[in-house]
Amino acid sequence: MEFLTDPIKVIYDWLMSVLSGWGWADWVSALVINLLAIVVFILIVMVLDIILVWVERKVVARFQDRLGPNRVGPFGLFQPFPDIIKLILKEDITPEGADRVPFNLAPILSLASVLFLWAVVPLSSRIYGVDLNVALLYLVAAGSIGTLSIILAGWSSNNKYALMGAYRMVSNMISYEIPMVIALLIPTVIVGSMSLKAITEAQFTNGGVWFVLISPLGALIFLIAAIAELGRSPFDLHEGESEIVSGYHIEYSGMKFGLFYAGELLHAFTFGGFIAVLFFGGWHGPWAEQYPLLGVFYFVIKAMIGYWVIMWVKYTVPRIRIDHMLAFNWKFLTPLAFVLLMVTALTHRILLDAPTWLYVAGMFLSNVVLVWLTVELMRAQARRKRQSLPVIAAVEH
Amino acid sequence: MENPWVYLGLFLIVGLIIPIAAIVMAAILGPKKPNPIKLSTYECGMETVGDNWVQFKSQYYVFALAFLIFDVETVFLFPWALSLNAMPLFVTVEGIIFILILLAGLSYIWQKGMLDWV
Repeated sequence: MEFLTDPIKVIYDWLMSVLSGWGWADWVSALVINLLAIVVFILIVMVLDIILVWVERKVVARFQDRLGPNRVGPFGLFQPFPDIIKLILKEDITPEGADRVPFNLAPILSLASVLFLWAVVPLSSRIYGVDLNVALLYLVAAGSIGTLSIILAGWSSNNKYALMGAYRMVSNMISYEIPMVIALLIPTVIVGSMSLKAITEAQFTNGGVWFVLISPLGALIFLIAAIAELGRSPFDLHEGESEIVSGYHIEYSGMKFGLFYAGELLHAFTFGGFIAVLFFGGWHGPWAEQYPLLGVFYFVIKAMIGYWVIMWVKYTVPRIRIDHMLAFNWKFLTPLAFVLLMVTALTHRILLDAPTWLYVAGMFLSNVVLVWLTVELMRAQARRKRQSLPVIAAVEH
Repeated sequence: MENPWVYLGLFLIVGLIIPIAAIVMAAILGPKKPNPIKLSTYECGMETVGDNWVQFKSQYYVFALAFLIFDVETVFLFPWALSLNAMPLFVTVEGIIFILILLAGLSYIWQKGMLDWV
């Protein structure tokens, strides 16, 4: 069955023969087919987004010892659809004094910045949007549009809380972007390529292993930076219900709020997918190379596990203070990421011609040593701090 | 598609059109009954006092500057990371010296107390 081994090519050839049967030029039909494919792809991602609303509500309910949606359809599975109809039918309120163009542009850019990311995600060996050779830079660039949408929303809302929320969120996002970019450099160093397809394939061809074994610390730094980049708890200071009510999307209602919400959920799932691609082998799994549809299944499962970890952190850890958050990034995570990059690059270069088992063991050990040194350094610092504290007299009795 | 950037351009256009379509659909289908109370700025039931575009803490500005420096420097690191395999060990060491200079800058602003949120 050729359809099972290469479904995209079969559909493409079939549509091509149909369109050329109508007398269309080759480049026109190729353009039309690609446009059609993109629309279908984005609509599938949007449907996935709708399912994520259900997943998120169900999981948060289990974390809080509730049942969650369970009335509409089996297990409440159809709950998001009435929600969406309600959002579409609600009144679209633009507050007095708001700057109309940026106010409407912000939710659009917020969701679009996440949809843009899906252009480079390799879903399977033969199913992917486009294989860019600078995919990692594209990822960072598209992510920055999200930051832009937040400052637009906060500034144009004409609301004090929205503006404060936007300031907090943007300072958060730009700070944590540095450890994230450094963590992205680690697969680049190992593979020698910035293409996500090449990074995925390097994790199982030529005796390669999942990069989480080569650089566990890099995976951890990427996870922390991704959670901060998403603005999810414990880094959700921009929401701060008790201080600034809801942050940058306070003045939004109806579908515009819905786009922010959908963008946030899809962003979290997309980062789960990127963790899977960069450190957990992407679509790799048994028989995934012969049957690309199986690869898509593995990819979604891995991305779902990553998404679940992000949710797990969100519903377990309380919110932290803003000075702690920024100090954690600038005084701990950024220096650690830079040191990790130096160690990774040096170990990689020295072990370049070594056999695979030695390479993997060397990289893993360098990470373990770095973690051990960091922990020892922090313990020594904490001990020094404790000893410099004044001794309380009552203790000596 | 021969050229990946054409595909990417199409993807960006469609990715923008779909959220726009959602907002336009909501604007057409939803009711439109504005009144002054509904359109007023939300501030926990209080009337807004003064300008809504409030001043911000200067610390945000310092973090933005530091971000700008590090983000530009990381762009230089991408070509270095890509060419590690082809170049001699000396190039790797040179990149490490570059990162050390960066870290010296970070420790300088740390010592100056710029990273403290006071």
